[in-house]
Amino acid sequence: MSVAETPLLAVRDLQVSFDTADGVVHAVDGVSFDVRAGRTLGIVGESGSGKTVSVLTIMGLTRAPHTRIAGSIRLAGRELATATQDELRRVRGDEVAMIFQDPLSSLHPYFKIADQLVEAVRAHRAVGRGEALRRALELLDLVGIPDARRRAAGYPHELSGGMRQRVMIAMALVNDPKLLIADEPTTALDVTVQAQILELLGRMQAERGMAIVIVSHDLGVVAGLAHDVAVMYAGQIVEQAPAATLFSAPEHPYTWGLLRSMPRLDRPREEDLVAIPGRPPSLIHRPGGCRFHPRCPYVREAHRRVQPELVADGDPQHLTACLLEGPQRRALWARLRAGDAPPPPTTGPPPTTAPPPTTGPPPRPSAPAEPPAAPPVPPPAEPSPAPPVPPPAEPSPGPPVPPPAEPSPGPPVPPPAEPSPGPPVPPPAEPEP
Amino acid sequence: MSAPLIEVRDLVKHFPARRGIGRRGADVVHAVDGLTFDVREGETLGIVGESGCGKSTTARLLLGLLRPTSGTVSIGGREISGLSRAQLRPLRRDMQMIFQDPYSSLNPRRTVGASIAEPFAIHAIAPGRAERRRRVQELMESVGLNPEHHNRYPHEFSGGQRQRVGVARAIALGPRIVVADEPVSALDASVQAQILNLLRGLQRDLGLTMVFIAHDLSVVRYMCERIAVMYLGRIVELAAADELFAHPRHPYTAALLAAVPVLDPQLPAQPRRAILGGDPPSATDPPSGCRFHPRCPRFVAGDCDVREPLLRPGPSGGLVACHHPLTDVSSSSPVPPR
Repeated sequence: MSVAETPLLAVRDLQVSFDTADGVVHAVDGVSFDVRAGRTLGIVGESGSGKTVSVLTIMGLTRAPHTRIAGSIRLAGRELATATQDELRRVRGDEVAMIFQDPLSSLHPYFKIADQLVEAVRAHRAVGRGEALRRALELLDLVGIPDARRRAAGYPHELSGGMRQRVMIAMALVNDPKLLIADEPTTALDVTVQAQILELLGRMQAERGMAIVIVSHDLGVVAGLAHDVAVMYAGQIVEQAPAATLFSAPEHPYTWGLLRSMPRLDRPREEDLVAIPGRPPSLIHRPGGCRFHPRCPYVREAHRRVQPELVADGDPQHLTACLLEGPQRRALWARLRAGDAPPPPTTGPPPTTAPPPTTGPPPRPSAPAEPPAAPPVPPPAEPSPAPPVPPPAEPSPGPPVPPPAEPSPGPPVPPPAEPSPGPPVPPPAEPEP
Repeated sequence: MSAPLIEVRDLVKHFPARRGIGRRGADVVHAVDGLTFDVREGETLGIVGESGCGKSTTARLLLGLLRPTSGTVSIGGREISGLSRAQLRPLRRDMQMIFQDPYSSLNPRRTVGASIAEPFAIHAIAPGRAERRRRVQELMESVGLNPEHHNRYPHEFSGGQRQRVGVARAIALGPRIVVADEPVSALDASVQAQILNLLRGLQRDLGLTMVFIAHDLSVVRYMCERIAVMYLGRIVELAAADELFAHPRHPYTAALLAAVPVLDPQLPAQPRRAILGGDPPSATDPPSGCRFHPRCPRFVAGDCDVREPLLRPGPSGGLVACHHPLTDVSSSSPVPPR
């Protein structure tokens, strides 16, 4: 895989906003990425992060009177953002295909499965019905539908959820697309069936060399399938890297938060989860500066004003949109990995050099030594002795700019190790509506 | 910590299945088909399984919200399965439920303060508006809500905050038992951790006995000391959480564990191991013998499809319903070695 190879899909500065009665919703805000042939890009994010709108826009499915789309989407050199509906219709289902979360609502309930597949073939190929049917059955067989001929004569409701998703995949692949977009393809499925579908997608890619963009809220799903991962937050990509790098050496505080807030089978059971305080911001009244700053434990005054750019720092394949310095981020992550607690409030700002390991609590003797098992890291904003007081409640849909409020009850956020113009700023408490 | 607070014996719930319009067939959905287990005072028991395995039906049976077809549920030594609604009402103070979707379980036309206060009204506790209001604000504080928001409506809250309201209402009367049915599956990852930590803290601080139902194994492992794995209306394995995850004895448990996507930075794109084929079969017509036999990698013809396995003590202290349970040699850790 040469770096010079032109990407199959190149998205540049994609912006999608919707006019609503409440204001303009900036769903996607300057997203850029490339996907090369035979590669899988995973896009992860919480609901409302813009991941689904991004991929729907690639398919030309967000065009509507109250939608504004800007930026460039080039598929194999052809611009899709400005393509006509006719051009798009020729591309969709032929060069790009998409599968959705809920296969039952994406299959037509009144038509037999064979008819729907045959239609998909004949919409793009001048072939007879018999030839199209032959191809459809071949695909159903390939995606692991037992007794394909009999199943094809039935209706979607007669199939289980996993079988329906297989039919969707067969339909998506029937014209040999160069790019397959999968939007939460396994979210509606049980975990054993999810494993089957992910295995199928991986196998189909290996056999056919197509590119895949998979969108999911589940880091685990993406980890198992994607070569590269982009993490979205509030309409922007905040971090992007090869999957192995992203999961072993994440650099964005939001990615850290996601990884540390997930219960994981490969971590000790006693280890507390570290929740990200607050909740994703409104896409109408977006926070200024770094979009993550109201929830970021490492926020500084400047982060409220300056928007970070998605740039590499060292590894050219690892892009991060964070205003902290690269070495600082890596030092912070190393400390989080090691299970160091943030320094206690009384110690004041740590020395300018890398913090000595002694500031953290000693590692728990009981913690298994096997993987870098870390003792629980108390969440930055939560005093541990107090009973169940969780992090400060999420802000309600209220005024856009949360004024910096009084310091939160917990120990203050570990200030970044670098001397900076101002004192560390505690995360804002919730605004009163 | 040791005496069983909830005792479930041979619990069965069948639902009639309709076969098309106007035609009632003889079909029966075997939603819960012979459960026997205890929940000890102060512990959190997890119930996991895929959709349709009977988890939620079990939750409703435990609280007397459904009447069992046969079998019994006893709470603190008193059988509740035969009680009328009126007889159940005083017991409900002790048993509360947290639902998956806090939006549909809150009245959209009432303030959250009123919703949290409702249990006091129903059980005629804390009379007097000022007193009730004080109790509501205390509860809101204890679940991490701003007490000043008591006069807001559910739509003004985010999903995570609404689930906090649901939790506040469930603990309002100081119950001994809380049954949580998929309490975090509707929440985003970052918010899910907030609610899990809240529940784990409450369980510890209030000494609650909890039954925690979820489809997500990592969530159940985080929350529970013991875990029951259900398949098609039956418990196939019941063991201490650490034991279950380290040494699954039932092939279905092992397959479930293997299917969980693992965030292993070293092996991000490894092919998945031991993928279970097929789908869970219909609960209308469960397979003969062991219900898992059509999908089981250890299936032995003439045995597994004939004899029904009972839940028996396994090699490591847990209970397993399998004729050919995994041993330490055959069972594999869900986590590939680094």
